[in-house]
Amino acid sequence: MFAYLLRRLGQSALVLLGVSIIVFGLLHLTGDPTRLLLPLEAREEDVRQLRALLGLDDPLWVQYVRFLARAVRGDFGVSFKHQVPALTLIFQTLPATLELTAAGLGLALVVAVPAGILAALRRNSLIDAVCSVGVLLGQAMPVYWLGLLLILVFAVKLGWLPAAGRDGLASLVLPAFALGAFSMARIARMARSGMLEVLAQDYVRTARAVGVRAFLVTYKYALKNAAIPLVTIVGLEFGVLLGGAVITETIFAWPGVGRLAVDAIFSRDYPLVQAIVAMLATLFVVINLVMDMLYTYLDPRIVLVRSRQ
Amino acid sequence: MSEVVGVAVPADVQPAVGAPRRRLSFRAVFGLTVLLCIGGAAVLAPQIAPWDPARQMLLKRLRPPMWEARGLREHPLGTDHLGRDILSRILYGGRISLGVGLSAVTLSCLVGVTLGLLAGFHGGRTDALIMRVVDVFLAIPYILLAMGVVFALGASLLNVILVMALTRWVQFARIVRADVLSIREREFVSGARARGNRSMRLLLRHVLPNALTPIIVVATLELAFMIIYESALSFLGLGVQPPTPTWGWMLSDGRNYVATAWWLATFPGLAIMLTVLAVNLLGDWLRDTLDPRLKL
Repeated sequence: MFAYLLRRLGQSALVLLGVSIIVFGLLHLTGDPTRLLLPLEAREEDVRQLRALLGLDDPLWVQYVRFLARAVRGDFGVSFKHQVPALTLIFQTLPATLELTAAGLGLALVVAVPAGILAALRRNSLIDAVCSVGVLLGQAMPVYWLGLLLILVFAVKLGWLPAAGRDGLASLVLPAFALGAFSMARIARMARSGMLEVLAQDYVRTARAVGVRAFLVTYKYALKNAAIPLVTIVGLEFGVLLGGAVITETIFAWPGVGRLAVDAIFSRDYPLVQAIVAMLATLFVVINLVMDMLYTYLDPRIVLVRSRQ
Repeated sequence: MSEVVGVAVPADVQPAVGAPRRRLSFRAVFGLTVLLCIGGAAVLAPQIAPWDPARQMLLKRLRPPMWEARGLREHPLGTDHLGRDILSRILYGGRISLGVGLSAVTLSCLVGVTLGLLAGFHGGRTDALIMRVVDVFLAIPYILLAMGVVFALGASLLNVILVMALTRWVQFARIVRADVLSIREREFVSGARARGNRSMRLLLRHVLPNALTPIIVVATLELAFMIIYESALSFLGLGVQPPTPTWGWMLSDGRNYVATAWWLATFPGLAIMLTVLAVNLLGDWLRDTLDPRLKL
């Protein structure tokens, strides 16, 4: 167990190192970063000045090591547009994004898990049919379109909920639903198939045969085992949601990291873009590490299988 | 024995295997029909579109679909803020959505399958290296990476396809690697090796054909994803550039008119949803038919 944990930690560190290479490369894509950083009409001497300032005349690997050394300390440079350290901006906007992501994921879980289980228990019933139509629609609806439709119906036509901004719980409902819909569909589908699989297991049949009450069989024996794969999904889904937040925040004018990132890309604020990509990737790696630990705790067979690989 | 089981297990919790074939194939037929219609319409757009998709008719701006009070016969789905015919733009937009989606899936499939084969077959350091790279791409928010790259390199058709493939090949690599790990332990592989096959031939003639099922299924599901992905990039302003009509652009244009002209955003959205739905149905059916045990 301990060895597995240590190896898993090492892997995470390696992944973050890889992320840093890509984030570094992002700025050097066009060969000359000053072209990205300066407006097109910049004068030749401004270009030269910036090159010297950023140390762009050094060999690439020297620049990378310098970048990495700073990044490890959380120093991604100062945002060109806001003239504030990039990390400060991220910490200002991250709570809004985490709030939105958590609400989206929470909503998805609260709706999808019971729906999936119910669909599995009442297989081929009306409930099952409604659920599978919902799953199909949820997986086919792009988040930006769903967002627009929600705004059209609930904000414009009905006037029940605010269309944009972050002002109290009411403003969270629409963006959280738009963001969570895709995950909701996927989780419901997983919950249904997972539950069906567990219900077909021998031990469930045995429990029924020896006369354990149906209620107990379903909710105590079956549910517990059906929940295990859901735990990993939640970790991966969180990453999907962080990415989806970029679009959702743009539509609903939600003041989070995603909107900050889109804004930074269009205003050529590359230090800020680099910092955001790095931070979101780190967040993803950490969450999945935690989920993996949780997973091995719930299902001890996992460690055995993984250490054999 | 079967009677005893029948008593113990109520009819509604029969095992998941052996799901009714006919219902599944209805879905598949539905998906395939819709997809063929949309694909056909996209291919034949120049022939069947009533208007030039870029033609602006400023006197007929923001007309609703023809069944509404101010709607016009000659513009069945209405016109946009520049007086362009929405139906024609949707037909032409399908060319971009499907074309870019298919190209991106093909490219990411080639890259992902190759790396997945190498990782699974060679194992050891090759495997560890490739899988860490996969982890890196999984960790980075792909949409931000794509936006950054497209913005830096310029939003041409080719760049958009390249970036989409670059950020999604990991899906193929993961599934192929997992499959190859078990295939390479099977007898026919060691048999082929014993007969003196080189590893390249072994991979292409014996391992790859046995890993085709998940590849086909993933490719279908990825096509659905790529269509959404492409329109998301367009929606954010970093897709294929105007005046080429794309569904994502139309949605993004319609965004500013949500309150006053609902049809601008609704129809391109419907087009995306129908296409993705059809592709997903097809993918589900392929998975259930080719290998019901596949978990994707």
